[in-house]
Amino acid sequence: MIGLLRRAAIRSALIAAVLALVGIGAAEAHPHVWVTSTSELVYAPDGSLTGVRHSWAFDDMFSTYALQGIETKQKGVYTREDLAPLAQTNVDSLKEFAYFTFAKVGGKKQKFGDPVDYYLSYKDSVLTLHFFLPLKTPVKSSQLAVEVFDPSYFIDFSFAEKNPVSLVGAPAGCKFDFQRPNDGTATAQRMSEDNFLNGDNSNYGAMFANKITVTCP
Amino acid sequence: MTSHRRFAVAALFVCIAALVLGDATLHAAFAHNPFGAPKGTPEPQAGGIVGWLLAQQSAFYKQMSATIRAAKADGSAVWTLLGISFAYGVFHAAGPGHGKAVISSYLVANEETARRGIALSFISALLQALVAVSIVGVCAWLLNATASTMCSAERAIEIGSYALIALFGARLVWVKGGGFLRALQASMRKPQLAMAGVPAALVDHDRHHHDHDHDHGGHGHAHARAAHGDHQHHHHDHGHDHDHDHAHHDHHHHHGPGEACDHCGHSHGPEPSELAGPGGWRRGLGAVLTVGIRPCSGAILLLVFALAQGLFWAGIVATFVMGLGTAITVATIAVAAVSAKGLARKLAVQRDGGGMLVMRGLEFGAAGLVLLLGCGLLLGYVAAERVTCL
Repeated sequence: MIGLLRRAAIRSALIAAVLALVGIGAAEAHPHVWVTSTSELVYAPDGSLTGVRHSWAFDDMFSTYALQGIETKQKGVYTREDLAPLAQTNVDSLKEFAYFTFAKVGGKKQKFGDPVDYYLSYKDSVLTLHFFLPLKTPVKSSQLAVEVFDPSYFIDFSFAEKNPVSLVGAPAGCKFDFQRPNDGTATAQRMSEDNFLNGDNSNYGAMFANKITVTCP
Repeated sequence: MTSHRRFAVAALFVCIAALVLGDATLHAAFAHNPFGAPKGTPEPQAGGIVGWLLAQQSAFYKQMSATIRAAKADGSAVWTLLGISFAYGVFHAAGPGHGKAVISSYLVANEETARRGIALSFISALLQALVAVSIVGVCAWLLNATASTMCSAERAIEIGSYALIALFGARLVWVKGGGFLRALQASMRKPQLAMAGVPAALVDHDRHHHDHDHDHGGHGHAHARAAHGDHQHHHHDHGHDHDHDHAHHDHHHHHGPGEACDHCGHSHGPEPSELAGPGGWRRGLGAVLTVGIRPCSGAILLLVFALAQGLFWAGIVATFVMGLGTAITVATIAVAAVSAKGLARKLAVQRDGGGMLVMRGLEFGAAGLVLLLGCGLLLGYVAAERVTCL
C-alpha cells in the first residue's frame, strides 16, 4: 500500500517536472529582435489593395548591431545613402521570410512581389526600415486580412501606439480592425486555450501575430 | 509481476522519457507540423509558465541596452548589467535552445552521473560564451566587419553545430542500438535467467561473464558495486566503447570478440579520479562541443552593442555571467534527467528481466532523439532555432 502511494507520488512529481520542462522548452523560441511597425494598406483608384507600406523601427540593441561596420562620411551620422547597402541587404534577406507579412483574401493566401521604395533612416539611436511591399496581383475584396509576425518568433513585431495602421486611398466605407497580440502571459493563455485545442491555421509565432482586418461595403 | 505493476512501470517510463526529452519532443512537434499547433504538448497550466518565462526573458533583455548606456556615464551600472545578464541567462534556459535536450539525452543514453551532468553543463556554457566573444572580438572589433558578415559567420557555425549534433546522435544510436538489440535478443532467448536476477548471475563468475547484460540491467550502480565486491574493477567505464582504449587500463577481464560489446551502454558511476582523468573528460567532449560551439544570438547582440558603446569589456564580463546563469538552468535539467533515469533503474530492479530491456530501450531512445534533433535542426524543420539575418 505504502509502496503504491510512493509510486503515485513519484509519478506525480515526474508529471509536474514534465510540465515544467515543456514550459521551459517552449520558452526557447524567444525574440532577439523587437520591431515596432507602422503600416499602411495602399489602395489603387479602382479600389483594389495594391500592397502594404511598412515602417519598421528596430530596438535599441539591434539598431546598433545592424550598424556595426557601416562606413559613414561623418562619424555617428548615418545618411540614407550611407545606409543604402544595408537596406538592400535587409530587403534581400527578408524575402526568405516572406517579409513577415501574410495577406489573406477570402481565406486565400496572397503573394507579394519584391519590395520597392526601400530605405533606412536613423534617428535617436533607432534604425527604421521603410519599404513598400506590392501584392503580385492587386486584389479587390469586401473582406481581407493582413497579419504581421515572425513564425519562428526570432523577431517580435508590435505596432506603434499611435496610428499603428492606416488605409491609404481605400474606397469610402472601408473600415479596418486592428488586433494586437497580447503580452506574454495573456498570449500564453490564448496559446493553450485556442491553439492547442483547435490549432488550425496557426503556429507558434502566430500567437504573436498582429492582425489587420479590412471590411469594405 | 502483475500486469498492473507492469503498466505502472510502463507509464513511468513514458513520463521519464518525456521529462528528459521534453523540449526535444516539442521541437519534433514543430518539425512535423510547422503550420499547426504543437500537438501533444501541455496541459493548459503550462501556458502560464511559458508566458511568464517569455515575459521575464524579454524584460531582462530589453533592460540590457539601457543599462549599458547608463554604464557609460556611471560605472556602477555595470553591476546592474551583470545582475540582468545573470537573470537573462537563467531564464533564457540554455542559449542554444537544444542544449538541454542534447546534454540530457546524452546523459540518459550513457548512464552518467549527476556530477558529470553539472560539469558538462558548465563547460558547454563556458565554451558558448567564449565562442560569442571570439566571433565579436574577431569580426567586429578586429576586422570591423558588418553585422551581415557576422551574422553569416554565426549561421555557418550554427549549421556546423547542427551537423555535429546529428553526427553525435548517429554515433550514440550506433552504440546504443547495439546494446538495445543485444538486450532484446537476450530477453527473448533467456527470460528465465533474467528473471532469476542478480545473485545467481553475480556469484558465479562464469555466468557473470555470460549474463552481464542481465545483471546490470537490473541494477543501480550502487548495488552493482557493492554486490560485485572483488570484481568491481571490471566495471570501470565498460559502457563507453568509444574510449575503451583509455578506460580499459585496469580491466583485467578478458572479453571474447563478441562479448566485449556486451558492456556497451553502461558504465558504473565513475570515481572522481576517473572523472578528472583525460579519458574521463574525453567522454563528454562530444556533448560539450556539440552544445557549446553555437553561440547565443543574444550574447552576440549584447557584445556588439557594448563594443559600440565603448564598453566591450563589460559586454564580455556580462556574456560570461550570462553563461553562468544558463549553466545553472541546464545543470538543473541535467540532474533531473540523471535522477529520473536512476529512479527508472531502481524501479526496474524490482521487475523481471524486462527492466533491463526497458533501460536499454530508454538509452536507445535518448540516442535516437539526439539524432532526430540534429537532423531536424540541420534540415531547417526546427525553424524556431534559426538565426535570422536581416
